[in-house]
Amino acid sequence: MEHATTLDHTEDVYEPSLTPDSLGKLGMWIFLVGDTMSFGALLAAYAAIRAGAGIVGWVPPDEILGINLTAFMTFLLICSSVTMVKALESIQDGKVGRMCDFLGLTILGGVIFLGLQAYEWYHLIHHGLTLTGIPEHGLSGAAISGSTLFGPTFYAITGFHGLHVTGGVIYLIVILRNGWSGRYTAEFNHEVEIVGLYWHFVDLIWIMVFTFIYLL
Amino acid sequence: MAENGHKEHPKYFRIFWWLLALTIIEVAVAIPEYAIVLKAILLIGLACSKAALVAIYFMHLKFERRTLTIIVLTPFIICVFLVIMLMPDLTLDTRLDGIEKPAAEVVDTSSH
Repeated sequence: MEHATTLDHTEDVYEPSLTPDSLGKLGMWIFLVGDTMSFGALLAAYAAIRAGAGIVGWVPPDEILGINLTAFMTFLLICSSVTMVKALESIQDGKVGRMCDFLGLTILGGVIFLGLQAYEWYHLIHHGLTLTGIPEHGLSGAAISGSTLFGPTFYAITGFHGLHVTGGVIYLIVILRNGWSGRYTAEFNHEVEIVGLYWHFVDLIWIMVFTFIYLL
Repeated sequence: MAENGHKEHPKYFRIFWWLLALTIIEVAVAIPEYAIVLKAILLIGLACSKAALVAIYFMHLKFERRTLTIIVLTPFIICVFLVIMLMPDLTLDTRLDGIEKPAAEVVDTSSH
């Protein structure tokens, strides 16, 4: 807690800091602001490629991608966000065991999400959606044709998001281990809040990806 | 930090129900076939409200300094500019069509 006292000292002289609780939180926010640009650039590129497909055409996403499964994946990530805030709430009230349970549930949500994404990718690849081609027949059974850029943009964006979820699961496991070893208390829990910020961000990005890639 | 222990927690489950309801509305809006522009406006609006709920309540932006909110909003504004800057690319295909079409007409007239 010594950096907190340093901050209190500087507050007397300079303007109050953005997140007086912890510099790590500010660091995570800055990382997330940068990461928003990564996803923003990917989604903007997707929009440009799709709109620019012109005469070649763009296959309606619902002809290739199963919406029901991904709607469930969205639901799953929202649930894991709730368990994440519940974990933080528990440790702020000093309940370490409860926090560990909720962190475990959050990790479970992330792992199931990744499993479903692997299942989805496996079926899409099997169905013919690759980096260089699209399936010959849509989900409705009708013949489909369109830009082969569907595959690479889809895999790049969902893959980049999937990597974020993977990173988040590893990050959460580290925090859960710390929790088990009794590192966090009602007074010291910034690290739980910071991993929460990352996890909610991953959820927020999936909300955007789900809308732009699957629904539109 | 000590006040955290006694802090009133936001009602997270209420936010959860909102997010769930908005997701169901989103899927319901996406399934029928109608004008893509209207669909895009509706879906982007719903997605942004969901993202805002997550950021404001789950990421506690509501309880942070306003300066942080302003910093967090900047990349979204920059992303809007990014899309505007990509606009010329969006119409690239139609412009290429414009170049190809006269050429095709020339071939047509020569064959007559």
